[in-house]
Amino acid sequence: MLSAPADRPQAAATERYTGGSAVRVPILTVSDLSVAYASRRGDVCAVENVSFELAAGEFLGIVGESGCGKSTLLFAVAQLLVPPARITGGSVAFKGTDLIALSERDLAPLRWKEISVVMQSAMNALNPVKTIGAQFADAMRAHGVTARQEIADRSAEVLAMVGIDREHLRSYPHQLSGGMRQRSMIAMALLFTPDLVIMDEPTSALDVVAQRSLMVQIKELQQQLGFAIIFVTHDMSLVSHFSDRLMVMYAGQVAELGATRVVFDAPQHPYSAGLLDAFPSIRGPKVALTGIPGSPPDLAHPPDGCRFAPRCPQVQDQCRQRPVELYNVDDVQVRCLLRGNGVVQGD
Amino acid sequence: MATMQIPAGAGQAPEAGLPGMPGSAGTASERAAGRIWRAVKSNKKALTGAIILLLFVIMAIIPGQIAHDPPQAFIYGRSLGPSAQHLLGTTPSGQDIFAQVIWGARETLIIALVSGLLSTLLSMIMGIGAAYLGGWWDNGLNLITDILLVIPTFPLLIVIISYYPHSSLIPLIAVLVITGYSYGARQLRAEALSLRNRDFLEAARVRGERRFYIIFVEIIPSMTSLIMAVFLGTAVYNVIAAATLQFIGFGDPNSLSWGTMLYWAENGEALQTGQYLWAIAPGLCIALLGAAFALLNYAFDEIGNPALQRVKLTRRRHSPPWRIRAERAR
Amino acid sequence: MTDLRHLADEPLLRTDGLTKHFRIGGGLKRKSLHAVDDVSIEIGEHEIVALAGESGSGKSTIARLLARIYQPTGGEIYFGGKPLSGLKSRADTLAYRSDVPMVFQDPFSSINPVFKISHGVLRSLKLHRPSLSAAEREAEARRVFEIVGLSPAADIMNRYPHELSGGQRQRVGFAQALAMRPKLILADEPVSMLDVSIRIGLLNLMQQLRDEQGVSILYITHDIASARYVADRLIVMYAGQIAESGPVEEVLAAPRHPYTQLLLSAVPDPKAELTLGADTDRGEPPRVINPAPGCRFRFRCPLAIDDCHHQTPKLLPLSPGHDAACLVAQSGAEVKAF
Repeated sequence: MLSAPADRPQAAATERYTGGSAVRVPILTVSDLSVAYASRRGDVCAVENVSFELAAGEFLGIVGESGCGKSTLLFAVAQLLVPPARITGGSVAFKGTDLIALSERDLAPLRWKEISVVMQSAMNALNPVKTIGAQFADAMRAHGVTARQEIADRSAEVLAMVGIDREHLRSYPHQLSGGMRQRSMIAMALLFTPDLVIMDEPTSALDVVAQRSLMVQIKELQQQLGFAIIFVTHDMSLVSHFSDRLMVMYAGQVAELGATRVVFDAPQHPYSAGLLDAFPSIRGPKVALTGIPGSPPDLAHPPDGCRFAPRCPQVQDQCRQRPVELYNVDDVQVRCLLRGNGVVQGD
Repeated sequence: MATMQIPAGAGQAPEAGLPGMPGSAGTASERAAGRIWRAVKSNKKALTGAIILLLFVIMAIIPGQIAHDPPQAFIYGRSLGPSAQHLLGTTPSGQDIFAQVIWGARETLIIALVSGLLSTLLSMIMGIGAAYLGGWWDNGLNLITDILLVIPTFPLLIVIISYYPHSSLIPLIAVLVITGYSYGARQLRAEALSLRNRDFLEAARVRGERRFYIIFVEIIPSMTSLIMAVFLGTAVYNVIAAATLQFIGFGDPNSLSWGTMLYWAENGEALQTGQYLWAIAPGLCIALLGAAFALLNYAFDEIGNPALQRVKLTRRRHSPPWRIRAERAR
Repeated sequence: MTDLRHLADEPLLRTDGLTKHFRIGGGLKRKSLHAVDDVSIEIGEHEIVALAGESGSGKSTIARLLARIYQPTGGEIYFGGKPLSGLKSRADTLAYRSDVPMVFQDPFSSINPVFKISHGVLRSLKLHRPSLSAAEREAEARRVFEIVGLSPAADIMNRYPHELSGGQRQRVGFAQALAMRPKLILADEPVSMLDVSIRIGLLNLMQQLRDEQGVSILYITHDIASARYVADRLIVMYAGQIAESGPVEEVLAAPRHPYTQLLLSAVPDPKAELTLGADTDRGEPPRVINPAPGCRFRFRCPLAIDDCHHQTPKLLPLSPGHDAACLVAQSGAEVKAF
């Protein structure tokens, strides 16, 4: 029912190439990516110098609150930005090719076959006047598959992967429940078993039980098919059990980036620590929490020093004086002067 | 893939989404006026329209300063061509065409503005009232509006004419208003319906406000941009329709407006006898006035529908992705 | 019907068999959507009661029934012992509205963008405390803004909604409610649309209002964790009916209804250990249209017995103050579903 990794030449090639799993070749390398929005008062930098690598089959969670730039970053990686947003610097290398340099025509063979996107709200992304099956067929035909039998077979196959009966190929989106719609979006993203699936808050429109089952489903699919995931969410706890690495964004910059469990158990950046503390627990003793008072800075006029300084409980004078670099602390990248011991990321 | 961060709909100032900014002074209407002024200034089309309108308004207010000849005196030489004394020539009855054009601006503008205003008012009552009151009110008011929308206007006008040949301004304006309000009413109703589910209206109701208060104080100020757009659209319609009616003889042919000028030009066989300016001058003015309103409308399109703004503004900073969930949960 | 109980025993707000059905579908096949069925809850003074449930549970409908946005199809709401159906005059209705105001979910659409943020508060004062002069209204407005943490009030009051953050706007919502000197605030998912780091601030504000202003709050939410943080009692709803209710710690520590257990198992807790695997429930809450009798959770319940398909469970106490509507739990058997 599900394609085993052996059927996927790309995965095998990567492993062969590296001669084993000791060094995992990244399939996606984002370097110093910056995105700005043109506005009446000049450019507003929504994403500033974001760099990360994604290995094959890795699950990267990008976490942040509204205005932090995570969705913008996602669209920039997927080359889906439209004016007034534009990439102002950096590169997005997918399997060695810089996507930014490619024209739309050159990007087309990559889209959906190697990189696919799952949007936030299925009701917005699915065509309400076409059946699910028709939309799957649409996607397949757009990428060169025309044989009707093949389309039907593959559509039924991906639906089965997400636990939906094939008869729903004839259903319209509004006839499906919210969870089923989201699953069919994910199924559609997997039509060509891409190497990278980018997900923008795919569970935010669902209730908590459906959310959990969808996350489990996504993780299972990932383990079976071996694709890498970039998962953007505002809900840190949601990815805590599923992602391999976690990137916390604040005000357009990377605040912290490291292995999920490490970031959760010992957050280095005061913002990550504050975020984790802002989740009331349903188990264990009840504690009074304070959250993080204040608001993120206005990106049109970012502060001179650390962007989190106005809200930081551990702020010191030096924090306000100059912009903060990304430091490497025990395999975790942190943008905090208090953690930096002089080893700047990239040195 | 649409741009995902689009500033909120009608009513949001361009500086939306930047907490921490000092409060802008002024009442709601002052802010609205400022917004309108900025929108017009920044949009070339609207600016052109505004200038043309301004010229016509000046013409209407001080016609005597611009054209020194009395417009309706039959004292000049007949059918003279354009010259230094008569910039556009004279009519076969010896009237100065240029003076007529300048003086004619007044009545034409009055017709356009008054019927535009009344029509907009009627659109508001029929549209917003129907939307907010709902139920049978909605059905009833809508029925009337839809019927008037569907009936072909021009034949209707002709039928009405046959009952009121050669009368004064009031029936003319009444006819224009009744036949012209329905399109605007539908637009306003649609917008009011979409506003109806906004929480702040429910909040007003839960606060204990009365219905009419909610309509006049809460809903209508949030719709000023659309109401302006409706007004301008109706004004265009009225300018053309009024001219048409006067051209075919409805209204007082002895009054002086561009439409009646066309009527007399037609009667005096202006085009056939080579007196082109007599017909073209008022015709061109009518077209320009209509165009001025239409051009101004572009500015309001942008305010009302931010997606049309050429430079998208800074994203609304706290646009939480889980809005969509909330909207569905309702 | 004469109420023989002493008024002091009467809770602040009580519903008795509250029911709301919506007619959907048109023409001949008119169907009935059972949004709320036979709900009896009580809210006392100085307490925060959390009403938790997923979509379609009826929690928002209950809020709107209590706020008199909807009229009940059946049952009755008693406020201070008096039934709401008895409120006829405008004065009576206004008095109720000032005692039981509502705070809405969406900070971006619950305030009219055209006016300054003081508008709502000043209008509330004008409508419900007409004896105040204009200067007194201004002073009172400043007072409630300070209470909700919008400081300096005099400056913030003159701002427009778009200049405030989501969290600040929600505080304005509470200020509008406070201005009426309420007894019970209906808070419909007040923090769902706010950033996580801001939510705690508002939850703390709610507790402060209960403690310092003596206001009760009905806190409607889909987030059990925040319910635990802020509430004294918890009512869990499923498909229009109450599944379980009781003191919040007790219900969460020892949930008796299988649905409560499912909800708890689904809540992601970043500090807890990873528990992946096991059969995760894939169902979603049903839309209840023309339902047959029987427990509405039976299709997803691993413990469902024959009776569950025919008999609608009643909400019965299983221990003092802790009620559950589950036939299996009521029979005394241990319920360990999820």
